[in-house]
Amino acid sequence: MSLTTNLPGLSLKNPVMPASGCFGFGKEYSQFYDLSKLGAIIVKAATGEARYGNPTPRVAETASGMLNAIGLQNPGVKSIVDEELPFLRSFDTPVIANVAGSTVEEYVKVTKELNRSEDIAAIELNISCPNVKEGGVQFGTDPELAKEVTAQVKEASDYPVYVKLSPNVSNIVEMAKTVAEAGADGLSMINTLTGMQINLKQRKPIIANKTGGLSGPAIKPIAIRMIYEVRQAVDISIIGMGGIMTADDVLEFLLAGANAVAVGTANFQNPMACPEIIDALPAVLEKYGFSSVEEAIGKGHIG
Amino acid sequence: MITKQLLEIQSHLQIAADTFEVVLKSPLAEELRPGQFVHIALKHHMLRRPVSVAGVDLEAGTFTVIFKIFGEGTRVLSTYQAGDQLDVILPCGTYYPIDQLDVKQALIVGGGIGVPPLYYLAKTLKEKGVEITSILGFQTKDQIFYEEKFQAIGDTYIATNDGSYGTQGFVTDIIEKVNPSFDYFFSCGPTPMLKAVSNQLAAHNGYISLEERMGCGVGTCYACVVPLKEDPQKSKKICKDGPVFKANEVILG
Repeated sequence: MSLTTNLPGLSLKNPVMPASGCFGFGKEYSQFYDLSKLGAIIVKAATGEARYGNPTPRVAETASGMLNAIGLQNPGVKSIVDEELPFLRSFDTPVIANVAGSTVEEYVKVTKELNRSEDIAAIELNISCPNVKEGGVQFGTDPELAKEVTAQVKEASDYPVYVKLSPNVSNIVEMAKTVAEAGADGLSMINTLTGMQINLKQRKPIIANKTGGLSGPAIKPIAIRMIYEVRQAVDISIIGMGGIMTADDVLEFLLAGANAVAVGTANFQNPMACPEIIDALPAVLEKYGFSSVEEAIGKGHIG
Repeated sequence: MITKQLLEIQSHLQIAADTFEVVLKSPLAEELRPGQFVHIALKHHMLRRPVSVAGVDLEAGTFTVIFKIFGEGTRVLSTYQAGDQLDVILPCGTYYPIDQLDVKQALIVGGGIGVPPLYYLAKTLKEKGVEITSILGFQTKDQIFYEEKFQAIGDTYIATNDGSYGTQGFVTDIIEKVNPSFDYFFSCGPTPMLKAVSNQLAAHNGYISLEERMGCGVGTCYACVVPLKEDPQKSKKICKDGPVFKANEVILG
């Protein structure tokens, strides 16, 4: 059973990688298992300078999911390149850096700083973080801004660029087409959906930022639908994500048209989620009549 | 070494109003230090619940956690029974660095569900020959637990918010009245209490233990951060760099 899958700049031994923001820079989960087992690793977002992030509480549990509003806390791109990424060298798995910013200039600055690193294989352009006041999701919901930031980052980057799309739009296909035309090598979808949860006793939102991004199995059908629609409209590779908990979920994303998948919230419930899903994947593919991962990609489209 | 294990519940007892004591068997029990927590998965819930360690029985290879029903997750945890299995990540977080401290007299200040980790700490300090004074606060009489266990270790004073038992008022009222002699204080409880105690005892050396809604519980997600006094634009992670901090190290919300 072949689990390999190939995307621009990424020759993966299996299609499963932890999603950005759900895996830090790998150190903590490396205590639980050998990270070489992973198809790839998407590390936490980098901004131009260090960011503190939002006040706490930053997370709340929901039915079949969770809300988070971390606010892109990170030590800044320079520190990430010099202090965090080198740790991942010892593992036999490609690293994808996540690029965030408040302005096009900041996105470009982070991208150029990442060119300095020899520890990454691709970048994920985060134009979909719903939890910061400036930048983030505004680039992912306005097609003109999305086009501009994609084009400039693509121009600046030495590495393939995967644009991470926001589901908080009325027309995901339009966004996908726009960033594909602007030069994106691939798509990463979906980021979280903006939500809120109110504490009955305190009569106020649980999350200090008030709103947070909803993730987990609650959003999986939305992710599947959006990937399915985008697959029919654009040709570039898709890293699919949104509530993946099991190898069955991985197959569903492959059928919808994803070329690889990322696992996010599941890591918090089970630190062994990624390796357990990878181990379970061959039997699931076989059960549903596939002899490889590549054979299953896009096979959920009929007519 | 932090790891995930499936652990059998040895006993599951209600010990006060909405408050439960659970004993779990684990080969890692002996690694759990006072101040550390374990991160427990619950059926049909996305996020684990962090619960402090209230004691370790080396001979039996077990450890004890105490939790109070606070929301839906802890309500589910209260429905488990002896013989059931729990999916637990352990050991989590830092511990009170008592081996590096020259403590002769310790003041223990606990509030509500912040009391359990302090029992493990007080017991461990007592075994090292430290003299213990404990001041514990609860909302009402029916929420009090472990009073006799603390009495067996040293002088113990209880405050209740409504005056239904012990001194009416807060732990800080007792600290002022009793004026105990100590070289280090150790405190855990609700943030307003920790703030009041840290301010009152600002001239003393002490350690506090914090709680916060957590995501991963192991240091990857940045959900449970606390700003640092020396630079409020910097923070530490409660789950990994804490939950134990020096009393003057962090800014309490």
